[in-house]
Amino acid sequence: MLDLGKIPGLGAALRDATISFKSRDALIEADRHRETGRLTYAELRAAADRFAGALQAHGFEPGDRCAVLMQNQSKWIVGATGALWAGATLVPLDYKLTAPEQAALVAHCKPRVLFTEWPAWEKLALEPQGPFERVLVIVSEAPADARLGRALRYEDLPQRPATYHERAREDIACIVYSSGTGGTPKGCMLTHANYLAQAEVLGRMYPMKEGERYFSVLPTNHAIDFMCGFLIPLMMGATVVHQRTLRPAYLGATMQRYGVTHMALVPTILKTLERKIREKLDDLPKWQRLLIDGLIDVNEFATRREPNHRLSSKLLRPIHDQFGGKLKFMFCGGAFVERDCAEFFNRIGLPVAIGYGLTEAGTVLTVNDLKPFRGDSVGKPVPGVELELRDENDAGVGEVWVRGPTVMRGYLDEPELTREAIVDGWLRTGDLGVLDAAGHLKLVGRAKNMIVTEGGKNVYPEDIEAAFAGLDDCEEYAVFASNYLWPTGKLGAGNEELLIVVRPKPGAGEAQVAALVEALKLRNRRLADYKRLSGHVLWEREFPRTASQKIKREPLARELRARADRNAVRGL
Amino acid sequence: MADTVQTLITLAARRFKADAALLRPEDDLFERLGIDSFQAVELISDLEGEFDIELPDYELQGVKTFAALAQKIDKRR
Repeated sequence: MLDLGKIPGLGAALRDATISFKSRDALIEADRHRETGRLTYAELRAAADRFAGALQAHGFEPGDRCAVLMQNQSKWIVGATGALWAGATLVPLDYKLTAPEQAALVAHCKPRVLFTEWPAWEKLALEPQGPFERVLVIVSEAPADARLGRALRYEDLPQRPATYHERAREDIACIVYSSGTGGTPKGCMLTHANYLAQAEVLGRMYPMKEGERYFSVLPTNHAIDFMCGFLIPLMMGATVVHQRTLRPAYLGATMQRYGVTHMALVPTILKTLERKIREKLDDLPKWQRLLIDGLIDVNEFATRREPNHRLSSKLLRPIHDQFGGKLKFMFCGGAFVERDCAEFFNRIGLPVAIGYGLTEAGTVLTVNDLKPFRGDSVGKPVPGVELELRDENDAGVGEVWVRGPTVMRGYLDEPELTREAIVDGWLRTGDLGVLDAAGHLKLVGRAKNMIVTEGGKNVYPEDIEAAFAGLDDCEEYAVFASNYLWPTGKLGAGNEELLIVVRPKPGAGEAQVAALVEALKLRNRRLADYKRLSGHVLWEREFPRTASQKIKREPLARELRARADRNAVRGL
Repeated sequence: MADTVQTLITLAARRFKADAALLRPEDDLFERLGIDSFQAVELISDLEGEFDIELPDYELQGVKTFAALAQKIDKRR
């Protein structure tokens, strides 16, 4: 691991890495069963230098913004590294958003450069081009006959000498959007110091060795993969593996082929893997199943204090071989992890380090150190992070506030939002938690309005509501998570479904209401997958509102709870 | 196109144990099959084998109906 305490910025850290580990593999890219690319650290350096030189040839200056919009692949890392060397502030954009949402974020962050790939640009090029007028667009993998207009083809970028620009620790390294779009895009400004502090702590807790391999499955624009699947592996001389097709059939094969040692997942993927393993175990003849169950018990006992990969992978080889046999552990965060699921993986010797974090504070604020494994908490605060519960109730449940070296500078162009979020250096998370005697944090609730889907996406009701504005015969409406309206009794239970409560205009007839529902369906289809509503509730009573006419969500939710149940929900 | 969508419906019904006769091209495939986007990519693998094509994951983005998915397949045949 590089000595990050002495390094001024991310660019310098990555530059040192490309020199220190030059002959080692930095990046491997596969598409289905084919290997489509492999770069050593020295080759990564050359490719990133070329990108930096191309930006500078077009007048790119230190402090300019470079947005990156692509699925996980080597070019993401190459482009981001080159941009950092040219002194850029990176803006990782979510490729899963719709084109209008992506265009809105580009309009908000005003990058000098947008580095993207053809499937994304093909859609963005159909959007109004206002936000892109002053942006240098660089597109990778465009077909030979593609009409690129002003955009440059990545593969044709000329080789120009690059000038490396050092940044200071307090400069902004990245602007990361913590939610979709809609009313107020929230661009978290994170400094080089924020990232280096987080990388140093996580690198100590979960060191990677040269030659170890991280499988980058979560979107690299997501805070977890940006840290665990880009910065940390490269700073430690490990290899990042990308698979262009994230289907279960190819995930296993890729892990086997490349001997993946580390990966980060969100709970949905973890649950799918659990289901697959359980299905295979259930298919075993009874005697084999008994044998495996016995070995699982032995493993659980032997690793009760801390993981022992060598032992677990020998004891439970048939299971570990499905993951390539070298997987040491997995990180999971971004949404609530079911305790049973995490414990299942620990029992089979593939422990899951469960953490809790916010984009506003780097990657993780708390994480389990696996010594011993615990599936019932999100761990203790990482070194350097102070955590307080404020306004605790009788049960010790309070709102989580944190302070530390990873807390962002603020939201881009939103001083008021920043003042609300950061008070006297303390970040208000909006999440409710309780600390146990061992200092482990257990989350018991969420911010009032924010919904975390099972896929780990933050969804804001106000954001989705903006998509339904101006419908005929609609008096008012509000979006909720169904588990918030009618709690199932435990967090993360079942799918977190979104629904819209709609009050038609008084006097609207049956035909108008039917037309309104059809209009809802149409608008719903235009939303990004993870924001789509699964149902609607028709409501006749007037919504409670504040003096400034904002909907009072909690009183409305109470009314819904009191007067209706899940049977009132109709599909969309 | 008609053939493609019918084959697609047959394959989807088989994988997710639904009654193909009740599925229509304009149906929302996620809703009618009761699947999420993660399960849908498993269907994509079946389709690639059946139609001998490669369908990148991003092609699924924004696709809601069987007919829309069939269109994506036809573009790559």
